[in-house]
Amino acid sequence: MAMGYSDAVMDHFINPRNVGKMENADGVGKVGNARCGDIMKIYLRVEDSIITDVKFNTFGCASAIATSSMATELIKGKPIDDALALTNQAVVDALDGLPSVKIHCSVLAEEAIKAAVKDYYDRHGIEYDPALFAGLGKEHEEE
Amino acid sequence: MTVYADNAATTRCGKAALNAMLPFFHKEFGNPSSLHSYGQKASAALQTARESVARSLGASPQEIYFTGSGSESDNQAIRSAALTGAKKNKRHLITSAIEHHAVLHTLNQLKREGFEVTILPVDKDGLVTPEQVADAIRMDSALVTIMTANNEVGTIEPVAEIAKVCKEKGVIFHTDAVQAAGHIPLDIKTLGADMLSLSGHKLHGPKGVGVLWCRKGVPLLSLINGGGQERMRRAGTENIPGIVGLAVALEEAVAELNEVGARLTVLRDKLIAGLSQIERSRLNGHPTKRLPGNVNFCFEGIEGESLLLLLDQKGVCASSGSACTSGSLDPSHVLLALGLPHEIAHGSLRLSFSRETTEAEIDHILSVAPPVVNYLRSISPVWESIQATRRS
Repeated sequence: MAMGYSDAVMDHFINPRNVGKMENADGVGKVGNARCGDIMKIYLRVEDSIITDVKFNTFGCASAIATSSMATELIKGKPIDDALALTNQAVVDALDGLPSVKIHCSVLAEEAIKAAVKDYYDRHGIEYDPALFAGLGKEHEEE
Repeated sequence: MTVYADNAATTRCGKAALNAMLPFFHKEFGNPSSLHSYGQKASAALQTARESVARSLGASPQEIYFTGSGSESDNQAIRSAALTGAKKNKRHLITSAIEHHAVLHTLNQLKREGFEVTILPVDKDGLVTPEQVADAIRMDSALVTIMTANNEVGTIEPVAEIAKVCKEKGVIFHTDAVQAAGHIPLDIKTLGADMLSLSGHKLHGPKGVGVLWCRKGVPLLSLINGGGQERMRRAGTENIPGIVGLAVALEEAVAELNEVGARLTVLRDKLIAGLSQIERSRLNGHPTKRLPGNVNFCFEGIEGESLLLLLDQKGVCASSGSACTSGSLDPSHVLLALGLPHEIAHGSLRLSFSRETTEAEIDHILSVAPPVVNYLRSISPVWESIQATRRS
């Protein structure tokens, strides 16, 4: 078990689910920065408030890739509201835990999804409570 | 195929060293300080090992002190020179930005205790110049400590020239030779240093044993107080198996150094040439003034830990200077000192070789590394924008 990673983390790192880009996505979220060594970009396809497809691209360590993969699995096919309710702890639990120094990767995954949902709302003129996304944005970094 | 390419972290203990050690665990278990026959056999083994190490280094046996590790040797050399200097109101210490943490953290601690520390920057290849050292030396300088060769990027420093400068200015010069000893020619007489540290497990000896060579006449204070072992300079019952193993390993390494070095240099350069074919890759460290067994690359757009773990899946054991592998938020201080930006330093890969390395292993690395780099770039959200920018 490398670096104290669970089998689930290694599985999602070596065989990541939903990896790739998405053309004409309905929402895109990008968080993190290269200086810190982690960047996640999540693409959403939304139909009737349901996330019908999700893709991700990640620059980062094994746990950054594994948390991206697991987070996308947890929201795929779910209503947008479920994606907004996803916590980093849920991602950690689904991966059977993360080393404490890697918890920030799960936080990044949660934020990447929130950023993608916010982008979806913004693009489609859907009103929302800005408090839902408090704290986001400062992590944004354009290419 | 599993390729062990992390010999800068540790090496396999050689058979000759292992066989030489074994009797001292069970059959000849005596304490060298004991006067009876068991003790005297241990004491004789200790003396033989001390003479052997001295011969391997071109030093005299009275100048050899056995310690518990290369880090301990560094700590003792630096602290001893600092405290000796302080007695003469010399409280200035000089080092380089790419030293091992055993050196830098010891100096940090001394700084907290009231010493002043000058950290010399290095050039893009990791070199410190004798001129930089000469310029940094002051009336109150107590010590210059510069490594013989860097553990991450393999750059070999001009330590003989630096030693000359220090001698002319009357400042103690210590060199951390943990990565160099047994790998490149190292003769105490031509080197001209005052103190030198080395470690057993970096040269196919056992872990848990190091050497501090201290030139006759240079004061050496003890870090560990207790019994009178190592002529009152290092208390604690001697690690006889470890010391015996280190001596045999060093002797063996020195004997085959030229042959192994020449062979590894060819393999190293083949690997460097091959990895250089990867787009947006760069060699870290000096292209020629480098350890025969060290290759260190950065690959833009990917992160080192991911690279490392995927390479491990493909049977290549290496290491990285990325933040994720260091357990801190910053990538390696060595790569940053070379002037690499954080985002590039995160994508570093160190491959380090030994006498056991074969050309087939180098070929294996060359066959698996490029696809792994390409794959990680294919899932990286920054790779396309990096590709679109002009090469720096």
